[in-house]
Amino acid sequence: MSKDTSTVWEVFIQSKNGLAHKHFGNVHAEDKEMALQNARDLYTRRNEGSCIWVVKSEYIVSSVPEDEDSFFDPSNDKVYRHPTFYKMPDGSKHI
Amino acid sequence: MNEAIFQKKIDAEQKIEPKDWMPDGYRKHLIRQISQHAHSEIIGMQPEGNWISRAPSLRAKMILLAKVQDEAGHGLYLYSACETLGISREELNEQLHQGKAKYSSIFNYPTLTWADMGAIGWLVDGAAIVNQVSLQKTSYGPYSRGMVKICKEESFHQRQGYEIMAEMAKGTSEQKEMAQDALNRFWWPSIMMFGPNDSDSPRTGNAMKWKIKRKTNDELRQDFINKTVSQAELIGLKIPDPDLKWNEERGSYDFGEMDWDEFWSVVEGNGPCNEQRLNHHIKAHKNGAWVREAAKAYSQKHNN
Repeated sequence: MSKDTSTVWEVFIQSKNGLAHKHFGNVHAEDKEMALQNARDLYTRRNEGSCIWVVKSEYIVSSVPEDEDSFFDPSNDKVYRHPTFYKMPDGSKHI
Repeated sequence: MNEAIFQKKIDAEQKIEPKDWMPDGYRKHLIRQISQHAHSEIIGMQPEGNWISRAPSLRAKMILLAKVQDEAGHGLYLYSACETLGISREELNEQLHQGKAKYSSIFNYPTLTWADMGAIGWLVDGAAIVNQVSLQKTSYGPYSRGMVKICKEESFHQRQGYEIMAEMAKGTSEQKEMAQDALNRFWWPSIMMFGPNDSDSPRTGNAMKWKIKRKTNDELRQDFINKTVSQAELIGLKIPDPDLKWNEERGSYDFGEMDWDEFWSVVEGNGPCNEQRLNHHIKAHKNGAWVREAAKAYSQKHNN
């Protein structure tokens, strides 16, 4: 890594207390404190957040598009994972 | 084979993501377009920054500060999107400094009076919004998501500009004259922001096929003009185009010929402020080098 290249951090923001953190984008920063401050300045100028996570981009592990079909296949053919698969007796309620 | 799958995805209105296969030409086109867009946001801070210390009221000053800060943010969203295509922030800056990457020519015009803050917000941001709204549907995922964020924030910019123009247009005769003068100077460069006519725009074909662009330069320009004419009329200002008139048949305004010689001359570096804008960016970047080095040294020392 050349001395000019800065580190990229992914930014996740919880927009309201009780909600999950959501990916917003990324920032360049040299350490975690600067990453948090940069994320605050860049992504929460209008009350968008109540909590920010930052994590170095290099630590994100991603599935690859080429494997998409086989990787996500099982959930499609196991229809019994979905509630609509089951036959309920006529007249049953609240289920 | 790859190319066919790629085009099929585009035709089905699916987004292309950074790890997906894409043709070299698609990647190159995006890097050129997104970096130009990012540089425009950043260079665009200069003509407005020029008026922060001279804003006519504390209210105006606070608004302008917030607006210029937004432009910085928009530049950063776009640099992020561009970096997902495999080019570093440092390379992007270098390309700008070496003149290999462009930014919107509109920022090579000086901001002579306070009314120019009005004209820029109303017309320049207005034109940018028309372009950006259509780019929310661009085929490249990171660019599209950046555009959605930017559009959410941008409408305040146009409204603050129009408010300045409206206030000045109903002020003293000198103020009204100043507003009209700003409109006169910024009108033509604003409508040329959409780029050359479609017939002279060699890259439009691929950009439309790949759905990087969703509307052509001329379509976007016409949208902008149609929206803006009544806004000018409402505040009693006159658009400086004797050929401007409503065309019932087309349901659009006809307008005069743009001065493309001037456009290309400014693109090629001969505008009133090209040198000043670029030199200022280079100087600021150089002057900030010690901050970047110190931050890096600090992080290495603390190993976090």
